[in-house]
Amino acid sequence: MTQYLDFEKPLAEIEGKAEELRALARQNAEMDVEAEATALDAKADKMLRDLYKDLTPWRKCQVARHPERPHCQDYIAALFSEYTPLAGDRNFADDHAVMGGLARFNDRPVMVIGHEKGNDTKSRIERNFGMARPEGYRKAVRLMEMASRFGLPVITLVDTPGAYPGKGAEERGQSEAIARATETCLQIGVPLVSVIIGEGGSGGAVAFATANRVAMLEHSVYSVISPEGCASILWKDAEKMREAAEALRLTAQDLKQLGVIDRIIKEPLGGAHRGKSATIDSVGQAIDAMLTELDGKDRAALISDRRRKFLNMGNKGLAA
Amino acid sequence: MNWITNYVRPRINSIFSRRETPENLWQKCDDCGTMLFHRELSENLNVCTNCGHHMGITPRERFLALFDGGVFSQVTVPEPVSDPLSFRDQKKYPDRMKAAQKMTGEPEAMLVATGEIGRTPIVAAAQDFSFMGGSMGMYVGNAIIAAAEEAVRLKRPLILFSAAGGARMQEGILSLMQMPRTTVAVQMLKEADLPYIVVLTHPTTGGVTASYAMLGDVQIAEPNALICFAGPRVIEQTIREKLPEGFQRAEYLLDHGMLDRVTPRTELRDELITITRMLLGMPPAVKGDLPKPDMAEPAPAEPETPAKE
Repeated sequence: MTQYLDFEKPLAEIEGKAEELRALARQNAEMDVEAEATALDAKADKMLRDLYKDLTPWRKCQVARHPERPHCQDYIAALFSEYTPLAGDRNFADDHAVMGGLARFNDRPVMVIGHEKGNDTKSRIERNFGMARPEGYRKAVRLMEMASRFGLPVITLVDTPGAYPGKGAEERGQSEAIARATETCLQIGVPLVSVIIGEGGSGGAVAFATANRVAMLEHSVYSVISPEGCASILWKDAEKMREAAEALRLTAQDLKQLGVIDRIIKEPLGGAHRGKSATIDSVGQAIDAMLTELDGKDRAALISDRRRKFLNMGNKGLAA
Repeated sequence: MNWITNYVRPRINSIFSRRETPENLWQKCDDCGTMLFHRELSENLNVCTNCGHHMGITPRERFLALFDGGVFSQVTVPEPVSDPLSFRDQKKYPDRMKAAQKMTGEPEAMLVATGEIGRTPIVAAAQDFSFMGGSMGMYVGNAIIAAAEEAVRLKRPLILFSAAGGARMQEGILSLMQMPRTTVAVQMLKEADLPYIVVLTHPTTGGVTASYAMLGDVQIAEPNALICFAGPRVIEQTIREKLPEGFQRAEYLLDHGMLDRVTPRTELRDELITITRMLLGMPPAVKGDLPKPDMAEPAPAEPETPAKE
């Protein structure tokens, strides 16, 4: 059974009841609960539909952070073949918050890079919850430059709460590492496409998502600051994260309207974690479509397209 | 409005806040507490004459001291869409903007100018920490792009003085998008082989540090400036330990290889002249007062176009 989010509590009760009934029936052959259980299923289904029809920005943040949401490694395993991880920044360490390497996407050799949050306590600690240190960005720079030299398209999968705020990270130049990664994104002469699959947390996300094409999953978020951080600064109260999430316009729908992203990828009913393989398939199709759009463009065109895209960004606000 | 607010309150205030000196003539050093006479302080570029502590300085004050004879011309910055997200926290964003404009007398958090320093033509951009924490929004992005374009057009180096708490949250994702936008501006300079010198001043943090402020050919910081991506409080909360003395200060970054130099504000102008002239292949600047006309030797000729080529 999935882990329910706080706003899904009523749904959890109904689904729990249906499950309970069926469990009882399994023990007692004379009981016929199917009619009742089916009714509950229908009710749950309707409730799920209603809940997800119009998620508030804060609820989207919760869905985007859902621990069972498919992560970078799930996408790589399902969508890429011959994945060959490449490690290290050649200076200090290998950052496990960032994974990447050579792989084939629809048989075409590419470089795939992404943030990985981990999926249990041990791997989350090892992956530092997807919060990269300078080494992670420097590894990404190295891989992007290699891809550019060999003409391999770069695909980035963004899912990070943000760059890691730690002592060593600062001492080794967190800000410089992010700045160089963004610069490298802008410089490489190969197609660069990015998908925000969960959380697009501030500079740590920009460092990977300064791309020719950027797509976002329907319930992922992309923001300059976390709603909690924004609330504690502007509202002086971290508990005002709902208001902050609202004000920040961090949903895929708002970002599309602002021209910051190019496409929204539909998620299954109830979020990506309720239909992992369908989500992964849709992401694969989006990557394929974005790469196709960039086919036939030479190095100079790819670079100047990317630049122009960002220089022109922000020319329009949201319709009031 | 009634007689209480008009008359009684000012009188009460004047009784309780009677100062020994008129306001504004003296300023207390934030660090050592010495009372500094305003004229002396501004002549020393807001650096405490007692302890050398660097206090904030507005872009306009800085440019007046930086450019030869205090002469510079402002570069027009394209106006962005105002309040693109209709952002509202406890106050409306346009109200915060108006308050900042009123307080600083400036339209936004960055000033761009062209002029000469030691007879060396440059473009300069300076961020105004007193304007909403110097925060980087679309205007600041536009200002940096305008500065880079002007530098490329005139074939001049760009000197940028950074000071900011980070990105402007009230512009949401569009403030974040200034990281790639300003990085494009830096690339324009590099492709034109023009020097890009960053002077990091107190404080320079967040998305600003993680973009244009860390991409200079030469990185100079003012003494004791706080320069970081994540602020010390955030880090202490995350790792739950005390940070070392001087952590994330200019000298600490110099020790960790993140900067080329730490230079006091009072010596900065000469240093910038020296560095830009060398990078541009120009002869050394003639320092000191010009000799009297009757004994003047011809000064070394300066090339008409200062940039390479």
